[in-house]
Amino acid sequence: MNPFERVRSVVIPMPQTDINTDEIVPARFMSRARADYGRYFFHDRRFDSDGGLRAGFVLNEPRYENAQILLAGTNFGCGSSREHAVFALADFGVRVVMAPQLADIFHANCFKNAVLPIELSESFASQLQETLRGDPGGEVEVDLEGQTVTGPGGLTCWFEIDAFRKRNLLCGLDEIDRTLGLLADIERFEVRRGPAPEILE
Amino acid sequence: MSVAHSPRTLFAKIWDAHVVATTEGGQFLIYIDRHYLSDDLPQAVYANLAARDLKIRRPPATVAMPDHYVSTKGKSLADVADDERREFVISLEREAKRNGVVHFAIGDPRQGIVHVVGPEQALTLPGMTVVCGDSHTSTHGALGAFGFGIGATEVGHVLATQTLWQTRPLTMQVGFHGAPGFGVTAKDLALALIRQIGVGGATGHVIEYSGATVYGMSMEARMTLCNLSIEAGARAGLIAPDATTVRYLKGRPYAPTGAEWDRQVEEWLRLKSDLDASFDSRVDVDAAAVEPMVSWGTNPSQCAGITERIPDASPSDQIQRALTYMGLEAGSALEGIPVDSVFIGSCTNGRIEDLRLAASIVKGRRARVETLVVPGSGLVKSQAETEGLDRIFTEAGMRWGEPGCSMCIAINGDQARPGERCVSTTNRNFVGRQGPGVRTHIVNPGMAAAAAIHGRLVDYRSDLR
Repeated sequence: MNPFERVRSVVIPMPQTDINTDEIVPARFMSRARADYGRYFFHDRRFDSDGGLRAGFVLNEPRYENAQILLAGTNFGCGSSREHAVFALADFGVRVVMAPQLADIFHANCFKNAVLPIELSESFASQLQETLRGDPGGEVEVDLEGQTVTGPGGLTCWFEIDAFRKRNLLCGLDEIDRTLGLLADIERFEVRRGPAPEILE
Repeated sequence: MSVAHSPRTLFAKIWDAHVVATTEGGQFLIYIDRHYLSDDLPQAVYANLAARDLKIRRPPATVAMPDHYVSTKGKSLADVADDERREFVISLEREAKRNGVVHFAIGDPRQGIVHVVGPEQALTLPGMTVVCGDSHTSTHGALGAFGFGIGATEVGHVLATQTLWQTRPLTMQVGFHGAPGFGVTAKDLALALIRQIGVGGATGHVIEYSGATVYGMSMEARMTLCNLSIEAGARAGLIAPDATTVRYLKGRPYAPTGAEWDRQVEEWLRLKSDLDASFDSRVDVDAAAVEPMVSWGTNPSQCAGITERIPDASPSDQIQRALTYMGLEAGSALEGIPVDSVFIGSCTNGRIEDLRLAASIVKGRRARVETLVVPGSGLVKSQAETEGLDRIFTEAGMRWGEPGCSMCIAINGDQARPGERCVSTTNRNFVGRQGPGVRTHIVNPGMAAAAAIHGRLVDYRSDLR
């Protein structure tokens, strides 16, 4: 996994709440190859049935073409556990997803794909939405090392992230490698408690 | 320090028994007892393990079966819709065989939807940690197991290490008060809860359902309730094992036997929240006030009792967008809305009791709209056929399919047409869930059957005897 570095970018505003993973990537694309997966990001909201761009959808605005930060409404990523939602988002170029609350499985999936999920306070999220409404080209800087989000006009907040996940992201570490380093603990657990019932046929 | 003696919730007891290691940042390495592999995993999961020369750490803890891409039209691989999707079914079997993982193939009478088959085979047992790369793994909580959905990378992690890194969830106690009325099912209670707290109302929490209403439910009903926990955003749903759980498990293929059965039953029956255990939050639902529910919008919280009207108090943009998609108007009645098709099945409502309820409405009548009935597993299918339920459906002009997820996620070739209004016993009425432009109304199986017979949304209680 690539290490996560400081991001400075315009911000895609998606204030709608409860955006689900079926919207982020419709299930019919789950069998497609990963190559160019960014095109399925919000596919049915970006494209009409003939493949034409739908006017009025935020991702179709040229200013967000290279955006790396998404500011979403609460409970973004709810519904299905499909990691394809993060594949599509990451392949589109988004590296930070911020919202007052992110759905659990989506939140966990972000970390596995070098995408930083940030849960902001309601008040900072709405302040930032408001500021960006007045300045849609305004850039936001996200510093994982210092755990800060800085918006236009010096609007700043500190965000929480646990040290384990932070280090994994910053160093591009793979969780499996870290866990295999704890193999002795896993073996001790299995000896102490006994393994789960085995299904052999 | 007497942590072991402080009162604990059922969830805390299962969690504490599975912690392998912790980090200072608050991440816990949790041991996974049972892992289900299904056919919709990105192929990269297997490729990544192979590329790193990682083997499945404990093959007998994993059980594999295809469900998302299987056809409901036939019992062979050739029936899968196309080569792209067939490859997912083939690679699941190949990886299972290569790694010594038990696999219930298409045509095996045990094959079906993971969340129907796991409990049915007693592959899931009380007190276990259970995962699958599928959000409806919350279903397994009905047996008093901590079951939760995970992403594809996490599936790879479980295969390689038999563990997962987790943040410890909060706990929520949900109580249903008063006896549910005539014709009100677990599906309706779950939807009433989701309407009350919202689709993100339980995010970050494990819900424990308790109280007389819940303990009065059959295992099938408990599975429906726990299944829908994820639709409130919950990490999992849980119900403490009781005599009903034990009766359900006894004699099932992978249940323990003999002295081991006795020993485990004793353990299971001790698995419950201590009387003075505290939960991070508590929600009370007035069960006596719940009616058979129908969703009118594009997420499961946008629902109402069948005799209610769609809310009309100045709809927000978001609700207006949902109503526009659904082709409905704020303030209009739900009863009488004409429907185009009906689907009965899924991990939410594809069990034998669900089919019995639907058949009791259909018996001796004809469907007015295209209807597909898909049992949740091969064993549910054969049980239904033994009881003659299949004939009730087919004589009504309905299609009786082979087991699988089918029109719940609509990626196996079964899907409705754009603009069509489909009444469905599934779990998600999201935009495009049953095919692009399809308008889904989620209901209980009796309501779905009545919609098929009348060709419109009706209060099925007048057809229920």
